[in-house]
Amino acid sequence: MLATIVPTSTWYLILGAVLFGIGMVGVLVRRNPLIMFMSIELMLNAVNLTFVALSTQLTDINGQTAVFFVLVVAAAEVVVGLGIIVAIMRRRSDISVDDLSALKG
Amino acid sequence: MELFVFICSAAMVLAGALGVVLRSNPVHAALSLVLTLFGIAVMFVSQQAEFLAAVQVIVYAGAIVVLFLFVIMLLGVDRAENLETESLGIQRPLAIILSLGFVALLVTTILQGRDSLNMRGDGLITADSGDHDANIRQIARSIFSDYVVAFEVTSVLLIVAVVGTVVLARKRKSEKDLTGVSA
Repeated sequence: MLATIVPTSTWYLILGAVLFGIGMVGVLVRRNPLIMFMSIELMLNAVNLTFVALSTQLTDINGQTAVFFVLVVAAAEVVVGLGIIVAIMRRRSDISVDDLSALKG
Repeated sequence: MELFVFICSAAMVLAGALGVVLRSNPVHAALSLVLTLFGIAVMFVSQQAEFLAAVQVIVYAGAIVVLFLFVIMLLGVDRAENLETESLGIQRPLAIILSLGFVALLVTTILQGRDSLNMRGDGLITADSGDHDANIRQIARSIFSDYVVAFEVTSVLLIVAVVGTVVLARKRKSEKDLTGVSA
């Protein structure tokens, strides 16, 4: 009986929504900039999963093309973000976004 | 079979995601991220997006997580941080409530709109049709015809990112003097 149940695209969409929510909690709650970056990656992956599920459901390849571009932008974002973190952490050893208030007016 | 694959990969994805958010050691969080990314790659395969599954493993698990681990080791922050203390008391419950509300909103929208998800594209050619390169060929045709401008702009973006990172990571000669004056 279980074998007859086939996961539909709605299941994937709901999983993507839950994954996005977990990533959102991570960005809002954690204070370590590295963990916040990883949570942003979780949110990007949730969106990728949604894109692919809808691409399959709507039989449209453009969703998968969008995921390709999201991957490229995510890679560039991580490279620049980690460069900034390394540049800041060279000055101070403690790693918390609460301490990064140097630009506050 | 499909159900079994879905349940296993969903468990991987959710366990990894919770690991990223809840583990106090950044190295453990990065390794949990690998688990999530592999689960997503399995889902891509079961949705017949084979090219994206390969790119997911190569770019995310192979490059991005390794970059994270490099930075963690380089900065020497590979020790557990204290998650118990919280400077803003109300922030944590507020963030969780906000996220739960957002997820509820998304799930309601998905369930409401699920009847409108009908086939309307040009059609996907899957590997079942006998052409094993169908997926990558379709993506290539889409990128290099409809999205060729975006593709070229992407190369500019990567150049800018590389140059920006080199500028950021370079040790300036005057930096030493500046810190000496301020100290």
